[in-house]
Amino acid sequence: MLHLILFLAFGAVCVAGAVNLLVQRHPINSALSLVVVMGALAGEYLLLGAEFVGAVQVIVYAGAIMVLFVFVIMLLNAGVEERTKGSRVALLFGIPGMVIGSVLIAWVLLTRSGSGEVAIGALPGPPKEIAQLLFHQFLLPFEVTSVLVLIAIMGAVVLAAKPGPAQPEKKEE
Amino acid sequence: MTTSLHLWLIPLLPLIGAAINGLLGKKFSRQNVVRVALIFCGAAFAMALYVAYRFPSLAMPHLETVAPWIRIGSLQVDFAFYLDQLSLVMLLVVTGVGFLIHIYSVGYMWEEGGFYRFFSYLNLFMFFMLTLVLASNYLMMFIGWEGVGLASYLLIGFWFTKDSAAAAGKKAFIVNRIGDFGFLIALFLLIKHFGSLNFVEVFQSISPLKPETAGIGLLTTIGILLMLGACGKSAQIPLYVWLPDAMEGPTPVSALIHAATMVTAGVYMVSRSHVIFERAPWALMVVAIIGTLTAFFAATIGICQTDIKKVLAYSTVSQLGYMFMACGVGAFSMGIFHLMTHAFFKGLLFLAAGSVIHAVGGEQDMRKMGGLRTKIPWTFWTMTAATFAIAGFPPLAGFYSKDAILWQAYSSPYGSWVYWFVGVFTAFLTSFYMFRQWFLTFFGEYRGEGGEHHDPHAGAVSAPHGDEHGHGGIHESPKVMLVPLVVLAVFSVIGGWVGSARFGGFLSPVFHSALPAVQMAAREPGLSEGVLTVISVLAALFGFGLAWLLYKQRPQLPRQIAETLGGFYVAVLNKYYVDEIYATLFVKPLVDGSTHILWQGIDRDVIDAAVDGGADGAREVSDTVRHMQSGNLRSYAGWIAAGAAVVIVYMIWMGTR
Amino acid sequence: MVPLSYYLALSGILFACGVTGFLIKRNIITIFMSIELMLNGVNLSFVAFAAHWHALSGQVFVFFVMVVAAAETAVGLAIIIAVYRTRETLNVDQINLLKL
Repeated sequence: MLHLILFLAFGAVCVAGAVNLLVQRHPINSALSLVVVMGALAGEYLLLGAEFVGAVQVIVYAGAIMVLFVFVIMLLNAGVEERTKGSRVALLFGIPGMVIGSVLIAWVLLTRSGSGEVAIGALPGPPKEIAQLLFHQFLLPFEVTSVLVLIAIMGAVVLAAKPGPAQPEKKEE
Repeated sequence: MTTSLHLWLIPLLPLIGAAINGLLGKKFSRQNVVRVALIFCGAAFAMALYVAYRFPSLAMPHLETVAPWIRIGSLQVDFAFYLDQLSLVMLLVVTGVGFLIHIYSVGYMWEEGGFYRFFSYLNLFMFFMLTLVLASNYLMMFIGWEGVGLASYLLIGFWFTKDSAAAAGKKAFIVNRIGDFGFLIALFLLIKHFGSLNFVEVFQSISPLKPETAGIGLLTTIGILLMLGACGKSAQIPLYVWLPDAMEGPTPVSALIHAATMVTAGVYMVSRSHVIFERAPWALMVVAIIGTLTAFFAATIGICQTDIKKVLAYSTVSQLGYMFMACGVGAFSMGIFHLMTHAFFKGLLFLAAGSVIHAVGGEQDMRKMGGLRTKIPWTFWTMTAATFAIAGFPPLAGFYSKDAILWQAYSSPYGSWVYWFVGVFTAFLTSFYMFRQWFLTFFGEYRGEGGEHHDPHAGAVSAPHGDEHGHGGIHESPKVMLVPLVVLAVFSVIGGWVGSARFGGFLSPVFHSALPAVQMAAREPGLSEGVLTVISVLAALFGFGLAWLLYKQRPQLPRQIAETLGGFYVAVLNKYYVDEIYATLFVKPLVDGSTHILWQGIDRDVIDAAVDGGADGAREVSDTVRHMQSGNLRSYAGWIAAGAAVVIVYMIWMGTR
Repeated sequence: MVPLSYYLALSGILFACGVTGFLIKRNIITIFMSIELMLNGVNLSFVAFAAHWHALSGQVFVFFVMVVAAAETAVGLAIIIAVYRTRETLNVDQINLLKL
């Protein structure tokens, strides 16, 4: 019973945040809504017993990625989206579409899936267990992912770097 | 086949000459071109003489197989040559007259462009004609048949930059093709029913068959189809229309191909197939009727022609009609006799006409000639001999052969007095128009402009005849052109002295028919041969007299007569509008059908439309699809979402199945 | 005891919201955030199934997804900055030089 109430509570927050992300016109508001969603999701993970994942969700996702988003929004001074004819049309079709889509998916999943119940804290995921898996079975993906991150860092630096002042000087010669 | 005479050399030598002149002749000097052409043609003639020398010691028929060709199932056709009396006569005529005309052409064509090409084509023609004459099966004969048609096309259209010459060449080839169609069907029938195309085998198979007197049977069909082929090649009704147009070619071509040799191929073929015709009386009748009708018809056209070569062209058609008349009444050897004498005097007439044209600087209209007999005496006397020969005056060659034909037409079991009567009347007409030509060209006052430096392009059908003579005025031809004239004149005089009886006797081993009695009994001819001979000579004299009256004594009479006859005269003058009728009945519908149905309807609107339509359709589809690549991120996003949705739905559906 | 399908339904709703935002928003950063929302929905699905089947590798996979999402965010935002420098706009309809 408690499980269900907690689940519904966190779920409602998630959905509200998601909808608010769509509805808000200023990107900073959308970003903050997304942070709320991620926080609520972390709660859901804890309900399922995934402690490590829940913690990582808050630290990495909500704490690092979303901060990055906020930085960029501030940096680029993104403004409010204007209401144009196109955006009105998009809202007109999009919101109902989303509602229908969501309802459809939910209905299908709720009525068609087989019986299966998840207990609260069904599968505990302590860091130790996860680390065991990570460094034994999933070692290769782990190492590859580290290389991926390295490449991403380098790519981001290169892409975002300003064109250096050296080139114009050379042309003057 | 005891000793081999290497008959295959006879056609091969001119072919080598043609190849050398054709491939390398452009770089040769004129002398070298002439040397090559004359050496190879002369060598063929020399070999023919050698064959004639060895002839009496050979077994008949003399077959030489050179190489196998078609061996399919039971059908066996080889490259093989056949020699008997008939082919020996044809061989000597073709090589002899051909060689003389080669010599003449050296002089006539000396100033023309494309000199090497001309002699290459002439040698090529000799190759094909000799193949035709020496062939031992119908298929080799057909090779020669087609080949001489090709050579004729090349030579008629020799001055191909001239539209009328190119058109005449095309007309000759296409009309010939119609005849060839008949020939081919006959060959197919022979293969189907007798399993072979070799003369020896086919004739042996046919010999025991009875004549088809009841109606149109197999042999009659084959005979009529062969005759259709002969009509095309030998210019009989209804396929004669190409021969007058063929006068666009140089005069030696007209002499060789359209007088002496190629057009006689049809007569040779019919004579060679006499075994078939003797057993198909209806086919023989068709041959005789066509021959007689053509002889008369062409003669009537000839009396109104004003171009010196066109008169001779229609005369050729008419004389060929005589040969077919002879074949049609069963007198094949007399047809061949006339073929031989005709080669002499008609070849001579054309060569002499060429000499006249050369003398007056390219003019071919007889109304602009006249009084030439004192200016070009050699040409005059040789042409006179030929004119008397063709008119049938004794003791020249034409008298013997034409008279023999008329006697056979009257008295043969297949003949009838109708054939004889039309033949005699045609002889009168022949004499009339030939002497008309003689008087117009050589007597009276000179009516042309060839006195001063001549205009080489004056004549209607004339060639770009060279202008660099350096000497003005009417002049006799060079010796290289006169010698063949004299030789042919001698033969025109003495050629008939062998006599029809001896000639027929010489050929009798070929034409003897082990024919069970022809169902018609030998008729009792009413008049004797002597009476008929006198009548035909009188006809010739009457023609001479009428021509003398109209064109020498009272030159104003022809115009009055023409005006009196009015429309009838105009019709004859326009060759009875046959060309126009053919154009309306056959040519125009074909051309229109081809344009509207085949070209525009099918080729353009169906095939092209399908191909273009495919391309257009592809372009339109890609034009529509291209809008996907708008560069707009959100539309890309939309497409991705849609695609993902489709995949998800599909997977869910598969999962729930 | 919450049925598994409830978790999946929630995951699906989040995913649908992400897709909708991806399609109707014009600010490119907001579009990017919608992508992150989609990823989160999927993560929830992974964890739910891991709990259902008692397979811890589901959670390990979520770990990897997060790492990749981080990398992707870094690079994507760098690209957005670079594009902003040349185009001076964050309106995705005006970044249309991708046309052939």
